[in-house]
Amino acid sequence: MRLSHGGTIDRSKPINFTFDGQSYQGYAGDTLASALLANGVKLVGRSFKYHRPRGILSAGSEEPNALVELRMGARREPNTRATMVELYDGLVAHSQNRFPSLRHDLLSINSKLSPFFAAGFYYKTFMWPASFWEKLYEPLIRKAAGLGRNAGLADADTYETGHLFCDVLVIGAGEAGVKAAYEAAISGARVILCDEQAPSDAVDMPSVKYLPRTTVFGVYDGGTYGAVERVADHLAVPAAHQPRQRYWRIVAKRSVLATGAIERPLVFTNNDLPGVMLAGAVETYITRYAVAPGGRAVLFINHDGAVSALAAMGHSVMAVAAVVDARAESSPVIREIAAAFSIPVFSGAVIQRARGRLAVESVEVLTRDGGVVRFDCDVVAMSGGWNPALHLTSHLDDKPVWNDAIAAFVPDGLPPGMTAVGAAAGEAINLNIVPLWSVPGADAKAFVDFQNDVTAADIRLAKQEGFIAVEHLKRYTTLGMATDQGKTANVNGLALMAMATGKTVPQTGTTRFRPPYTPVALGALAGPHRGKSFKPTRLTPTHEWAKSLGAVFVETGLWLRAQYFPKMGEDWLAATNREVLAVRQRVGICDVTTLGKIDIQGPDAAKFLECVYTNSWTNLAVGRARYGVMLREDGFVMDDGTTARISEQHYVMTTTTANAGKVFQHLEFCHQWLWPEMDVRLISITDQWAQIALAGPHARDVLQKIVDKTFDVSNAAFGYMAAGEVTICGGTPARLFRLSFSGELAYEIAVPARFGGALAAALMKAGEEFGIVPYGTEALGVMRIEKGHPAGNELNGQTSAHDLGFGKLLSKKKDFIGRAMAARPALMDQARPNLVGLKPVNEADRLRGGAHLLAHDAQPVAANDQGHVTSAAYSPTFGHSIGLALLKQGAARHGEIIRVYDPIRNGDFLAEVVNPVFYDAQGSRLHA
Amino acid sequence: MRIVCPHCGERGLQEFLYHGDATVTRPRDGGAEPTPEWTDYVYFRENPNGTHVELWYHNAGCHAWLVVTRNLRNHLITAVETAHDVALGRSS
Ligand SMILES: [Zn+2]
Repeated sequence: MRLSHGGTIDRSKPINFTFDGQSYQGYAGDTLASALLANGVKLVGRSFKYHRPRGILSAGSEEPNALVELRMGARREPNTRATMVELYDGLVAHSQNRFPSLRHDLLSINSKLSPFFAAGFYYKTFMWPASFWEKLYEPLIRKAAGLGRNAGLADADTYETGHLFCDVLVIGAGEAGVKAAYEAAISGARVILCDEQAPSDAVDMPSVKYLPRTTVFGVYDGGTYGAVERVADHLAVPAAHQPRQRYWRIVAKRSVLATGAIERPLVFTNNDLPGVMLAGAVETYITRYAVAPGGRAVLFINHDGAVSALAAMGHSVMAVAAVVDARAESSPVIREIAAAFSIPVFSGAVIQRARGRLAVESVEVLTRDGGVVRFDCDVVAMSGGWNPALHLTSHLDDKPVWNDAIAAFVPDGLPPGMTAVGAAAGEAINLNIVPLWSVPGADAKAFVDFQNDVTAADIRLAKQEGFIAVEHLKRYTTLGMATDQGKTANVNGLALMAMATGKTVPQTGTTRFRPPYTPVALGALAGPHRGKSFKPTRLTPTHEWAKSLGAVFVETGLWLRAQYFPKMGEDWLAATNREVLAVRQRVGICDVTTLGKIDIQGPDAAKFLECVYTNSWTNLAVGRARYGVMLREDGFVMDDGTTARISEQHYVMTTTTANAGKVFQHLEFCHQWLWPEMDVRLISITDQWAQIALAGPHARDVLQKIVDKTFDVSNAAFGYMAAGEVTICGGTPARLFRLSFSGELAYEIAVPARFGGALAAALMKAGEEFGIVPYGTEALGVMRIEKGHPAGNELNGQTSAHDLGFGKLLSKKKDFIGRAMAARPALMDQARPNLVGLKPVNEADRLRGGAHLLAHDAQPVAANDQGHVTSAAYSPTFGHSIGLALLKQGAARHGEIIRVYDPIRNGDFLAEVVNPVFYDAQGSRLHA
Repeated sequence: MRIVCPHCGERGLQEFLYHGDATVTRPRDGGAEPTPEWTDYVYFRENPNGTHVELWYHNAGCHAWLVVTRNLRNHLITAVETAHDVALGRSS
């Protein structure tokens, strides 16, 4: 019921919303919970296991019961806490975990079956037979026990992430937090004040960065705090260009924990009925939201703290039938306030049972003298004391310590730089408390963990069955394992176990809290990194040029590369075949910018190359390039590529596209850590230079048209593996390498990246008279298979130099990375699978990567496996499928017929083992 | 976690790549034979309960390799030096 005055709600701003299809009205400043209570709605959800009717327990983020589905469609969000949902116009919420309706839930039959669902039910009930799990139990449990429903659609909103830095981070904008922030700010410190609640007028400090609706959910190493700012959760839809939430990494030199305390329920039978609430919550609803949660209340306490709740109820229109104080003697402060409102106080008494069907209707009070008195009421305000909200203090592994005087855990060790203040530090709470962990006769309907439906009886059962250690208790009963992480449950549960085992709470111990303090949406952690933005996309310098020619692109790592250039009516295969044949017969160009390029300079550059490559480098002349293989220190091949000597102390290395970053990091490691005395410098120039391959019998004809006349690029002057600096197109600086991946007469031309597109266009124009074509990664791949070059599929981290036919590149005269381990006998064993070519006996058969290789007469069982196809393609040059494979003793088996077995794709045929170099094995075309 | 790079100052963990133990030393015998020293260097690592000296790479920064002294129990970092300086000191 809404009170006529008071509260911080804005009565001039009514707000319409619906719950389970029914329309209601609240005010600006309400939460969904306060607005529901104002409208007399007490039944809000059904419980997890037993489908018992549940209402609103708390007024904060600790709420275990009032979980609702919020919003519709793609924005539908399950398990939102009604106590934390700020009301906005048009809000739509639905109750969860009920069928067909909240009032008539058929699954509440679970309540009658409660013995089956008691502690450990997951482990016991569903033990046998195993096959029942998949078919019966799991679908049943999922249907019956799931809470809200996932939207099932992509999140319609966007999220941001960011860093913040400050001297002092204050967590919690209550009285203690505001005071701490103020004092830090006037000392000149940069202060951030975070609070999980809506903005408060009480915070008015311009020099403090105030982040309301922001939950600090985790403490991490080095003074780093994780926080989620709910930028637009209080709106129907985020404002234009605004994210739904922001995930902040806050780096703070110091922090002040001012998170207050969380009230403990009292454990009595049917303490989960709607209307049974925390006393502090009742007070908050009255004073902050101007809502009386009912007409007639009973207050059940064991300490003095609820005196303000008593006063708030007394001052409101609510009647208070009785104060039930479990202490033998109630404090004068309780007596005085009760007397002021003519409320009877029953000291040494407990509520032993609440009664009601869908909400509390009455309570039975066991009085000091053993009598039972019944009071009609629609609210039970209970307070078993308060627990400091010290969760963040244990995120770096510190454990809280038990304080007997206030019967609560208080912070002990703190994360570096953190100070706890106010109620979070255990200050001024639980005055004159006499702990009451459960009332006599609390049974299987006396709830400890409301969200996971764990009762006092479950904890006794866990003890009986030997699950006494707190970590066992937790997992066996699922105490504290729901989305609320047991904020209202854990201490009661521990204390009940202590009672059952005859130990103290400190002897029983506590589990440690882990991040996050409250649930965090994965979307917030991901921020903008989703879909195509999961990782950046790198475009080559010729991207626009390729696009204008209708190229189809393919992702290779972060890069987007032209895959093929289809002409009208061509599919990928037709386009690829045409491109391959054009290069073989005429000439083509292909962007190879994505290959890693590393500039290496210094007096010791050659010496350095000797260390990182397996083969020899000191004898490479200026103006020449050489193929090299790199190993990892464990002896396996890491990468390959060519390196050219531009001048006496200047080399340019290329790596594979995939390993560009890894190789650079590796070279820096070798230089900075292994050979620091070498005078050499490295820099990645992959992004600075565009590089285009020009390949085919007419390559030189085209090249001569763009290279400036002062440079002689004839075969005699610029032979195979030559390299040098030239100018092209009338003065544009370029680097020219006579390298071939295709097996044809070929060059690679590098220009500053900004000229990449222009170079491609110039080459196309110069090559027009020779029938030049652009070719993509598909044709590139076909030609490298035809030429037997190992690439990513063969350089898979499990192949040795010998496996790939590079054995002769392992120098015997020098140390190099991987030399020692590559010399292990097992890595040089010819019986290891090594590189071969494959050609189907029946040319119509198609080789596929991943197909297994068997002796031609062997049974297809794993024991007979002799290797697999690593790369395969249709070769338009030969008119049939070809493949590269790793085959046991392959090098010695050329000419043998083997069985290619690929049951998944119905492949089972014979192929001939051949030299992996299918095309121009003598290499005469390279030297043309 | 935050690492104070000698070149770039205090930066977040996301900028760094972890490599591993900095206490193992590459054998200087030229590597002609896969001796037990090489096996130790390549494969065997201590996992100390406490202070560890390890190599990190400032990947999204200055590309320096760093020698970081870190307590494996609480992640507290007590020293950061450039690997280059440490390596020069080691070889002299
Ligand atoms: Zn750095």
